Amino acid sequence: MSTTLIGLLIVLAVVLVLLFWIIGMYNGLVRLRNEVKNAWAQIDVQLKRRHDLIPNLVETVKGYAGHERGTLDAVVQARTKAVGAQGVASRAQAEGELSQALGRLMMLVEAYPDLKANQNFLALQEELTSTENKIGFSRQFYNDTVMRYNTQIQSFPPNIIAGMFGFGESEFFELQDAAQREAPQVKF
Amino acid sequence: MWDAIASNQRRSWVLICTMGIVLILLGAVIGGAIGAYVGAPTHRHLVAFQPPGDASWTRAQTGVYFGIAAATLLWLILWATAVGAGDSILLGAAHAREIQKEDLPQLWNVVEEMTIAAGLPKMPRVFIIDDSSLNAFAVGRRPDKAAVAVTAGLLKRLSRDELQGVIAHELGHVRNLDVKFMTLASVMLGAIVLISQGFLRALYYGGGRRRSSREGGQAALILLVVAIVVAIVAPFAAQLLYFACSRRREYLADASSALFTRYPAGLASALEQISGQAAPEAGASKVVAPLCIVNPLQEAAAFSLFSTHPPTEQRIRVLRGMAGAGLAAYEAAFQQTRGKSCLGPRTLQDSTDVPIRAAAPAPAGREQAVARARAVGELLDKVLPFAVISCPCGVRLKLPPDSKRASITCPRCGREHEVPRAAGGSPVTDAGPPGPSPAAEPLQYHRKGTGWESFQCPCGGTVQLSPSFSAPEAVCPKCGQVIRVL
Repeated sequence: MSTTLIGLLIVLAVVLVLLFWIIGMYNGLVRLRNEVKNAWAQIDVQLKRRHDLIPNLVETVKGYAGHERGTLDAVVQARTKAVGAQGVASRAQAEGELSQALGRLMMLVEAYPDLKANQNFLALQEELTSTENKIGFSRQFYNDTVMRYNTQIQSFPPNIIAGMFGFGESEFFELQDAAQREAPQVKF
Repeated sequence: MWDAIASNQRRSWVLICTMGIVLILLGAVIGGAIGAYVGAPTHRHLVAFQPPGDASWTRAQTGVYFGIAAATLLWLILWATAVGAGDSILLGAAHAREIQKEDLPQLWNVVEEMTIAAGLPKMPRVFIIDDSSLNAFAVGRRPDKAAVAVTAGLLKRLSRDELQGVIAHELGHVRNLDVKFMTLASVMLGAIVLISQGFLRALYYGGGRRRSSREGGQAALILLVVAIVVAIVAPFAAQLLYFACSRRREYLADASSALFTRYPAGLASALEQISGQAAPEAGASKVVAPLCIVNPLQEAAAFSLFSTHPPTEQRIRVLRGMAGAGLAAYEAAFQQTRGKSCLGPRTLQDSTDVPIRAAAPAPAGREQAVARARAVGELLDKVLPFAVISCPCGVRLKLPPDSKRASITCPRCGREHEVPRAAGGSPVTDAGPPGPSPAAEPLQYHRKGTGWESFQCPCGGTVQLSPSFSAPEAVCPKCGQVIRVL
């Protein structure tokens, strides 16, 4: 009688420990998934900020270099496309193009000393540089977080729970790195 | 990277526990020694029937308990103070002022960028310190309640990339939970030093009135010798431990900075500039030192086991030697420079190769530097609400906002100036901000010689120049008009 009781208690204890272990693992996955969401929200904030800055920038540049229609229009179009883009991959694509268009605009500005001395433009430039940096850093952090999350749901014990509760893999946010980081080449 | 924090945490707890044991041991030994002595007269009638040797041991035992309790109590008090008011004490000791985004957008942006890169839950508060030296530190035991402070000198001298490196280093400290640990450890260290010093001093000064050791018994003699040895050794041991850990954390924060910015050259070049400065910081205190980017108290060359920071020159060499921006690259560069490991395998196991980014298109040049210096200067005048009184002899007298004086004497010419008061009682600026005078055509006066001279201002007031006058401008005492003196 007492041996059965002890056996039962041991089984119960094992089941309890297992249960707690599973709960811990599940919570860990939820936490990671929320971190990924959070990191994505951060990128989103910075991208929106950049979209908001561009009309102002275009207006300021127009005042000094209104005849450079081609470059200015390219920026405006790239912005419109980026605002409308859906999904991680297509947004990354559109934002990459916007970065390139902006890079060309900034190169153009070099030829207008009056514009470069404009206080309003200088403030906008600092804001834009910082926003570009923030996009870069939040992307960096987002990708790191996605990597940790994906690794977790692919490795052995957690992948069972991930499969059971529908934790899917997250997408990386990749801009064309070389194009975004290097200043655009000017060809004559 | 996340493993780095975890392993850091583990190491921290080992250190804290070691220091805790040292503290309790110290309390026990000193308590025992004191108990063996102090217990003697009051308990003599009680212990008279026991063998003399045993009696002193019994008293010593009571002393041990009291000693442990006293040491723990002291530590708890210090700890509660540090937890309750630590950040404000540190920021107050450094005379730091909080700023907002509008005050200095670039600094704010850089902090925001690094907050994102470090993945901190909340942006730290930003403070600046009115000091021409180059330094920065971070406080905040929890990453969501952090603050970062930089000196005005740093803001004036460093480029954007360099500033980013410094801020990333500081936020690296916050993210790696160094501040929390350093507070804990320094409180322990403080308690240990306090107890040892107190005991040794009491022994030294109280030596004349001490009873002979025969009266205290055998235990007292033994415990006394042990207590003296422990009281001398313990602070040294604790300091060695503490400083070794502090230096290790500096390296890890450097590695974090490179990882966050993806640009190790930024921090390296900032450190080069910072180590180029000559004198130790005037306003720096020992309390803030382990948190600063470089040790503000130390002469450049001095380095020993009792340094909170590794030698700056070596940190620069490691950063310059990095082939990538990741932790593995830092470890490789460290091994090449120092010939030993720094971060440990657990930290590196999930680190990936990170390429170094290109330098920011440098808007460098003199004009940029001058513009930055001016912006910082204007900010300081705004954030630190000094009242400025322009003396006719050309001296600008700056009054702190909490000044209660009714008048002030010019140190050069000896004139008395009444301090104008605002409604709230704080001094207000009388002559407006210094800068271009309202007159379209700047007024000029050519000096005839070097003696006393006087001339008429257009408003009719008389401006007098003393023999020692050497400023480029004089101010009319009647209308406040600035007149150039040639």
